[in-house]
Amino acid sequence: MRKLRTAAAMAAAFTGLLLPATPSASAASPSAPPSASASGTAKPVLNSVGTSFLTATTLASGQDADVPVSTGDYLYWAFPAAEGQTPTVQVKVTLPDAADRHGAQTWTVELFDGLRRRQSCTAGPQNGTAEQSATTLELSCTLRQIRSWAEPWSGDPLPGTYYVRLSTTDIPQTDLGLAATVHVHVATKGGADDAQPEGGSLKDPLVPPVNAGATAAATAATPAPSASATYAAAPAEEETHWYSDLFSGWNTRWWWTVAGGVLAALAGVLGYTLTRHPRGHRHHPHHPAPAPVPHQAPPVRPQQDNWQ
Amino acid sequence: MITPTTPRRTARAAALLGALTIVVGSALGTFPAHADEPGTPPAATEAPKVDLILDGSGSMQTADIQGKSRMTVAQQSINEVIDALPEETEFGIRTLGATYPGKDQKEGCKDTQQLYPVGKTNKVEAKTAVATVRPTGWTPIGIALRAAAEDLGTGPTTRRIVLITDGEDTCAPPDPCDVARELASKGIHLVVDTLGLAHDDKTRQQLICIANATGGTFTDVRSQDQLTKRVKQLVERAQDTHSVTPAQVVGADKCADAPILTPGVYTDREKFSEHRVYRVPVKAGEELRASVSVTPDRAVARDYGVLLQATDNSGQELVRGNDAGSGRTDVASTGVRWSAAEDDSDSASPSPSKGSGSGSAVRTVCLVVSNSFAPQAAVQADPGLPLELTVDVAAASPAPDGPAMGLGRGWILLGVLTLAGLLAGLIFGWLARWRISVWREN
Repeated sequence: MRKLRTAAAMAAAFTGLLLPATPSASAASPSAPPSASASGTAKPVLNSVGTSFLTATTLASGQDADVPVSTGDYLYWAFPAAEGQTPTVQVKVTLPDAADRHGAQTWTVELFDGLRRRQSCTAGPQNGTAEQSATTLELSCTLRQIRSWAEPWSGDPLPGTYYVRLSTTDIPQTDLGLAATVHVHVATKGGADDAQPEGGSLKDPLVPPVNAGATAAATAATPAPSASATYAAAPAEEETHWYSDLFSGWNTRWWWTVAGGVLAALAGVLGYTLTRHPRGHRHHPHHPAPAPVPHQAPPVRPQQDNWQ
Repeated sequence: MITPTTPRRTARAAALLGALTIVVGSALGTFPAHADEPGTPPAATEAPKVDLILDGSGSMQTADIQGKSRMTVAQQSINEVIDALPEETEFGIRTLGATYPGKDQKEGCKDTQQLYPVGKTNKVEAKTAVATVRPTGWTPIGIALRAAAEDLGTGPTTRRIVLITDGEDTCAPPDPCDVARELASKGIHLVVDTLGLAHDDKTRQQLICIANATGGTFTDVRSQDQLTKRVKQLVERAQDTHSVTPAQVVGADKCADAPILTPGVYTDREKFSEHRVYRVPVKAGEELRASVSVTPDRAVARDYGVLLQATDNSGQELVRGNDAGSGRTDVASTGVRWSAAEDDSDSASPSPSKGSGSGSAVRTVCLVVSNSFAPQAAVQADPGLPLELTVDVAAASPAPDGPAMGLGRGWILLGVLTLAGLLAGLIFGWLARWRISVWREN
C-alpha cells in the first residue's frame, strides 16, 4: 500500500511539474471549433442555437446557452460526453407573454447520440406542460452513464457527440412564433474511472461527420476516407502524459494486485517473526519486575536460551 | 521499510524528470498544435448569403405595433440589422408589392424588385434604399421567393431568405408554399425564415408552411425589439451554419443499383412508403456507422416512424435502427452501427466481396431507408420528404478481454491477501519452532 502511495505521490509531483508545460500546447490550438470562443476557465454563455442535427450549436462541457427563440422552433445543441460520465441537461424556458397565448403548451427535451439514436432519460421531467398563465417551465433529462464499449447492435450510450433537441410538441397553432427565451445547461458527473465495461474501449468516439459526402464509382475499390472529412463536437481528449496509462484501465488492477502481493509477503514475514520472537510471551513472566529492568537490556543470547 | 532517504531521492528524481520534460516540451512547443489541426473546419468556400424580402403591400401602413406602422417598424429594424451585419456576410434586399399602386391584379402580382443586390453591403447605401420603400400594392410572395432564389444564385453553401410580411399571398397561383417546396427540392440549399407582422390565422398558416417546407423558422412579430433580435439572429445563423451542406444523392430501389457512398452527409427525397437504398463498402476491421433523418415538411398524420436497415447483398438483414413518435416534430431519426464479427471476416469468402483485389476483404453493406409517415388528406406526395443520411466508416472496436486477466482490485483483495500472508507466516513460523524443538530434543 505504501508503495502505491509513493507511486501516486510521484505521479502527483510530475503532474505539478508538468502543468506549466501543458498550457502552451493547448493554447496553441485555439482553432478547435468547440473552444473557439472559450478562453481560459470561464466559458462565455452562448447566444446561438442550431435548427437541425447538422447545424447544432456546440456547447463545451460546462458551457451554458441563453437564446431568444420563437415558440415552435426546433432547437438543437450538441455536446461531447466521455466514458463514465453521466450528463444531465437542464432547460429553463421563459414563456411568451401570457396575454398573447391562447392555451397550454408542451415543451419536450430529447437527447440523441452521435448516430441520432434516441437516448432514454433516466431522470428529470423530460417534458412539461405550461398552462396559459405560467411564465416559466423547467425541464431536465439525465442520460444513462456513458459506457466505454458496447456491441454494435446495442443502443447503449457511448463516448461521442450528444444532441439536445428542445421543441414545442403540443401548442395551439395561434401561439406559434411568439418570443420566448431558453436557457440550457449541461452538467456532467463521473469520470473514466468507473466506466463500464472495464477494459473496454471504443476505438473512435461516435462523432458524426459533417462534411458533404461523395459518391464513388461502382467499380472503384473502397475509397479512402477523404482527408477533408470534418466531424462534429468530439469529447475532449483527456490530457495524457507518459504516466497517465500507469493508473488507468488494466494497470490499476496490476497495481492493486502487486500491492496485495507485497502486503501478503510483509504480513507473512510479520507472522513468521511473531512466532520466532514472541516478545509478549517472553516478557510476561518478568512483568511484575521493577521498572528499571527493561532499561538494563539484558543480552539477547541468554533470553533465547531461556525459551529454548 | 522506507528509509528517510528514499522519498528524498524519489523527489529529486521526479524534479529532474519534470524539468527535463519541460525543456523537451517547450522545444517541441509548436508540434502538438499542428497535430490538432485536422479537427478544424475547412475554410468556407463562399460567403454566407442572405436575401431579405420586405413586404411593401398597402396593408403595411397599418399602425398596430407599439403605435407605429408596420412599415416603420420593419424599416427601423432592418436599419439596425444592417448596422450589425457581420463583415463577410453578403446581404441583399428585395421588395414585393412596393411599386405598383393600381388595382390590376395581373400587374400587381408581378411586382417585385431587387432593392439592393446580394453582395458586400455598403451600409449607408443599403439603409437609404430601405428608407425609400413605401407601402403600396399587392402581396406576390410566391414570385418574390423565386426571384430571391435567383438573386442568391447557386453554390455549394446554404442560402437564406428572410421574409418579412404582414399578409397572405394575394396572388396565388403560384401558391407560395408550393413554390417554397419546389425551391427546396431543387437541391440549392435554400432556407426561408418567415416573420409575420399580422396575426391572422391564414397568414400564419401560410408562413408556417413556407418555413416548414424549407427547414426555416416562423416568428410572429409582436414588437420592434423582437423583430430586430430575430433578424440579427438569423443573419448570425447564416454565418455560423452556411458551410454545412449535405451532398445530393439519389438512392435506388434495389441494392444492386444503389449509389456507393463515402463518409459524409447526403440528402435525398423519399416519398411516403418509399424505400431508398444506398451502398457502403466496409473493410474487415472497420465499423459502419449510419444515421438517417426524415423530415415531414408537410401536413402528416399524427403517428410516424423511420427505419434504417443494413443488409448484405443478398438482402439478409445485418442490423436495424428505428424510431417512432407522435405529435409535432421536425425529423424522425435513427442510426445503426455494424461491424463484421471477428471470425466472420476470415470466412467472408462465401458472401460476395467486391474489390477483393486490394487484399483485405471488403463487404458491401446496403442501407435501406424507409419511413412510415402518412400524408393528411389532399397533401401532395411529390416531391418526397427530405431525407438526410450520414455515413461514416470507423475502426471497429473489439470486445474487451475476458474477466480482468485474473487481476484483482480493491481493499477487500488487499485485506484477504494480507490475512493469507499473515496466516502463512504464522503457520510456517510455528512449524519451524516445532521442528527446531523436535531437533533439539533429539
